[in-house]
Amino acid sequence: MNTKLILRIAKSLLLARWKQTLVAAIGVTFSITMFIALLSFMAGLNDLLDGLMLNRTAHIRLYNDIKPSIHQPVNISSEFKGSYNFIQSIKSSSSRNEIYNSGAIMQALKTDNRVKGVAPKITAQVFFNDGAIDITGIVSGIDAKAESRLFYFSDYVVAGNSLDIMNVSNSVILGKALADKLMANIGDAVHVTTIKQERFSLKVVGFFQSGIQELDKVQSYASISTTQKILGKPSNYITDIQIKLSDINLAPSIAKEYAQLFQTDAEDIQTANAQFETGSFVRTLISYAVGITLLIVAGFGIYNILNMMIYEKMDSIAILKATGFSGIDVIRIFIVIALSIGMFGGLLGLLFGFLMSFTIDQIPFVTASLPTIKTYPINYNPVFYIIGFTFSLATTYVAGWAPARKASKIDPVIIIRGK
Amino acid sequence: MVNTIILEAKHINKSFHNHLTVRVLNDIAFTVNKGEFVSVIGKSGCGKSTLLYILSTMDTDYEGDVLIEQETMRGKKEKQLARVRNEKIGFVFQFHYLLNEFTVLENVMLPGLKLGVLKEDEVKIKAMDLLKEFDIHPLSDKYANQLSGGEKQRVAIARALINSPSIIMCDEPTGNLDKKNGLIVFDIFKRLAEENQQTLLVVTHDEEFAKNSHRIIEIEDGRIIKQ
Repeated sequence: MNTKLILRIAKSLLLARWKQTLVAAIGVTFSITMFIALLSFMAGLNDLLDGLMLNRTAHIRLYNDIKPSIHQPVNISSEFKGSYNFIQSIKSSSSRNEIYNSGAIMQALKTDNRVKGVAPKITAQVFFNDGAIDITGIVSGIDAKAESRLFYFSDYVVAGNSLDIMNVSNSVILGKALADKLMANIGDAVHVTTIKQERFSLKVVGFFQSGIQELDKVQSYASISTTQKILGKPSNYITDIQIKLSDINLAPSIAKEYAQLFQTDAEDIQTANAQFETGSFVRTLISYAVGITLLIVAGFGIYNILNMMIYEKMDSIAILKATGFSGIDVIRIFIVIALSIGMFGGLLGLLFGFLMSFTIDQIPFVTASLPTIKTYPINYNPVFYIIGFTFSLATTYVAGWAPARKASKIDPVIIIRGK
Repeated sequence: MVNTIILEAKHINKSFHNHLTVRVLNDIAFTVNKGEFVSVIGKSGCGKSTLLYILSTMDTDYEGDVLIEQETMRGKKEKQLARVRNEKIGFVFQFHYLLNEFTVLENVMLPGLKLGVLKEDEVKIKAMDLLKEFDIHPLSDKYANQLSGGEKQRVAIARALINSPSIIMCDEPTGNLDKKNGLIVFDIFKRLAEENQQTLLVVTHDEEFAKNSHRIIEIEDGRIIKQ
C-alpha cells in the first residue's frame, strides 16, 4: 500500500512539472550520450592502432634461431663433470634453419584447443633485378588461405587476388612500393636472384599494401612451394610456424611450453613487441582517463540539476511531513523521482550515444597507410553501455538521496517558517 | 466522555538561538478537553504560532512535554511522530499549503491513503463526502492552484479531517480570507465541535472569531495571561 502510494506521489510530482523533469532528464541524456560516443570512438581508434600491429603478428612464432649450442662438448664430457669449464670465443653453430618434423608439429597444434589457427611460413632473401640495379627484398612463402584467415592477408592485397599465388605457378604478390620501384604491373614478370646466385622469373599477380612503407619496399609474397623452389629446398622445408591463440595473454606461457615440447625456439608477441605493449598500454590509459573525466563532469551536472529540482520541492516535503508522511517516505519519494529521471535519461543517452557513434562510423576515413579502413572506426563495446547506464542510475540516486535525506531530517516547521 | 483531557501542554519553554537567545515561550501549561473549541489569541510575535507547531509535533526543539490522548510526545522517533500527525492531528495552515501537483480530491485523500486503514475506494468516498459537506465537490478534479483562497482553505480543512483526527489545529485559518469566507470557515468549525465532538485548537487574532468559540487562551510575550 505504502509503496504504491509513494510511486503514485512520485509520478504526480514528476509529471506536474514535466518541463523541469524533461530538462533534468535531458541533462542526464546529454552526459551519457557524450560518454558513449566519445569512448566508443576512442576505443575504436585504439583498436585500429592495435590492429595495425596485432592483426599481422603471430601470437607465437616457432623457429630455429641461429645461436651457439647450449650443450658444449666439454660440459657433457664425464671427465670434466666436477670442474668449472671456461670456454672462450664460442661461435654460433650453423645448424639447419628448418623446423624438424614441421608437418607433425602443425598437426599437433591444430588439435590444441587454445590455438585458433596455424600458418606455416618460409622466408627467402632475394635480389629483385631491375636492369642494372639489384634491389634487396624478401619473398615470404605463405599459405594464402591460412594467412588470410588468421592475419587478414587478403585485406591488404590492394590489387589482384590473394589466392592467385596458390593457383598460378611461380607467381608473386609484390609490395606496392616495391612494385613502383620495379615499374611492375600485374601480369608482368620480375626477375629475382637468390643468395645462392640462382635466377628465377616470377609472375606478378597482385600488389599489397601494409600501411608500413618501409615494409612495402622490400616485402613480397609467394606460395610455400614457389618459395621452396626458389630456395632449392624439399617440400617439407618450413622455417616458421605462426600460431594465433584464442587468448593473446596466454602467449608467454604457451610459448615456453611449446619450446619445451617441440624443441624449437618460440617467441611470444609480448616479448617480440615490447614497445608495442607500452604504446597500447599508454593509449588505454588515456582512454580511461578521458572516460573517468567525462563521467565526473557528467556526474556533477546530473547532481546539480537534481539537487535544484529537490530544493524547489521543499514546500511539498514540508506539507507531506505535516500531514503525516515520515522522513523515510520523503526519501523514498525522491529516490523514485531521481531514479526515474536517471533511468529515462540514461536509456535515451544510450540510444543517442549509439546513434552518434553510428553516425561517426559512417564518416569516410581514407588513408594510404590503412587500406582496409574506409570509415572512422567505432568500438561498440557493450561494457561502455553498461557503465553508462549504471553510472546514470548511481549518480541520480546519490543526487536524489543526499538532499532528500537532509530535508527528511529537519522538522517540517523549519521549512514552513523559512518562507 | 465529557471532560476527557485530550491535549495537555506541560511547562513548555522554547527559545530561539540566533546570536542572542530569545525566549519565545515561557512555562506554558494548559489542557484541552474533548469536544472543546479553543481559541488562542495574542498579538503578532507573541509565540502563539510557535506554540501550535510544538503542540502539533511539527517542532521538536523545545523543553517541557506535550501529551496527546494522555500519551507523551517526548522521546518519540520521527516516524512515530509522523504517525501521530497522520492519525490524531488535523492541521490547517494559514496559507492552506495544498500540493499544487495534485487535484483537490487527491490532496484530501493523501493523508488517508498514508494511514492505510481504509481502502482507496473508501478513502475516495470519504473525501468526496467531506468536499460535499464544504460545498466544494464540483472542484474535486481541479488542481489546487486553480482555486480561490476561500476554496483552498476549505480543501485544507477537508484534508485535515480525512482521518477523523481527535484534534484539529488551525493556524490563522481565516487570516487570509474575507469576511464571507471567514464566516463559512467559522461555521464549519463550530459544527465540527458541536456535532462531531471534535476538538479544535485555533490560533487567531480575529477577536470576533475568538469570542464565538468556547474558550479563549490569551498569550502575551510567551506567557498565558488569561484562560
